[in-house]
Amino acid sequence: MENISKEEYQKIVKKHTPHEDRLKNGIIVFIAGGIMGVLAQILMQVYINFFNLASSDASVLVIITFIVLACILTGFGVFDKLVRIFKAALLIPITGFAHAMMSSAMEYRKEGFVTGIGSNIFKLTGTVILYGVVSAYFFGMIRYFIMGA
Amino acid sequence: MTYKYKNVYIKDSALVGGKYEQEGPLKSFFDKTYKDFYFGEATFEQAEVKIMKDSIDVLLNKVNKKTSDLDLFIAGDLSNQIVTSNYVARDLNIPYLGVYNACSTSAEAILIASNMIDAKQASNVLVSVSAHNLMAEKQFRFPTEYGGNKLKYTTFTVTCGASILLTNEKSKIRVESATLGKVNDMGVTDVNNMGGVMAPGACDVILTHLKETNRDISYYDFVLTGDLGLYGKEILKELMSKNNVNLDKYNDAGVMLYDLKNQDVFAGGSGPSCGPSVLYGFILDNMKKGKMKRVLYVPTGALMNTTMVNQKMTIPCISHAISLEVVE
Repeated sequence: MENISKEEYQKIVKKHTPHEDRLKNGIIVFIAGGIMGVLAQILMQVYINFFNLASSDASVLVIITFIVLACILTGFGVFDKLVRIFKAALLIPITGFAHAMMSSAMEYRKEGFVTGIGSNIFKLTGTVILYGVVSAYFFGMIRYFIMGA
Repeated sequence: MTYKYKNVYIKDSALVGGKYEQEGPLKSFFDKTYKDFYFGEATFEQAEVKIMKDSIDVLLNKVNKKTSDLDLFIAGDLSNQIVTSNYVARDLNIPYLGVYNACSTSAEAILIASNMIDAKQASNVLVSVSAHNLMAEKQFRFPTEYGGNKLKYTTFTVTCGASILLTNEKSKIRVESATLGKVNDMGVTDVNNMGGVMAPGACDVILTHLKETNRDISYYDFVLTGDLGLYGKEILKELMSKNNVNLDKYNDAGVMLYDLKNQDVFAGGSGPSCGPSVLYGFILDNMKKGKMKRVLYVPTGALMNTTMVNQKMTIPCISHAISLEVVE
């Protein structure tokens, strides 16, 4: 291997590494994500019209419904297969967060409630929570200084 | 460093696979397969112990031997602290050497066993490797039920327990020589691109082997790499041709084991039992039937863990070459 430099080798690797079809994936996610939004809106209208809920309560209930559905589908081993088809359209909404927590909890169930589930359930979502809180703090500050309380 | 052996033979081998291996084109070369990922055990880790143990049971049955007939057990796998091999060894109650060279563990183990048999330090050595797809996913990637999207060039860990019995008793196939590889690092940091990480290891050890044995690549009827996958295979071919070696009678076990068009395995199989899953079945069978006389087995291993990958370190690799020959 002495006759090939690292730079030269990187070029060979690059040449033989396939590219992901970003445009196709983007279109799938755009359509599937849009459908997710429409479904959520329909569900919200159902909650408002049939259960006489205020729209703020109904939207919370829609989120809870999606979380429960994502967890159940993860438990039955279906959600990961759906993600393979619809990609980020299912991961970016709240369903992705629920799915990540549920799959972590399931994975470490056999290692005990504290050493297993307890210490691993936020394995994937810990990042989202941490940086979600930090960025909310900063954006809140910016808003406070620009627009006032 | 190349060792030549005079009296190291392959008595027999056994393969036990999982669901994807059962659906692949080489299914008939497996002695036993399972339809799920648990094999009747409670966890993936325990399932892997079971599949390695199964392969040993099948092998000992085939050759009509008991564990007490064996001098030594050499084994390795992907789990942390090679715990699968350790738990299998616990139940065998014979001397044990745990070895680890990631996905080239099988060659490392065969090489050590052959050296010991040739030096008359042992007469019957059992060599086993195993891997479990979901155990590896859990340990190296994401929780198994998590549906993160995979890149096209990702490889798929083969679920398989593979055992082989090496002996000084004459048989149809012998281990002719073996070349110890060096650790190479060509600066690849992408942990998904295992083919790219490991191809330099294979190239290096094949060149060393040919040089030290004074052979041309045409000496071999077939060259088998372990788990470079669809794209890593092309990288190796290009590396070899840059060194004026034309790899035409060559394939990669990860590509051969699965039907890449119809099975959801991305760029092909990987893991310590990927090479053996093709070598111990398909290749040895072809050798017994006389379709192949000389085979060079070159499994490749990526020597990393998740900590080093997260610290953005480049990934080193290793590969050893084993030359098998039909006894005339």
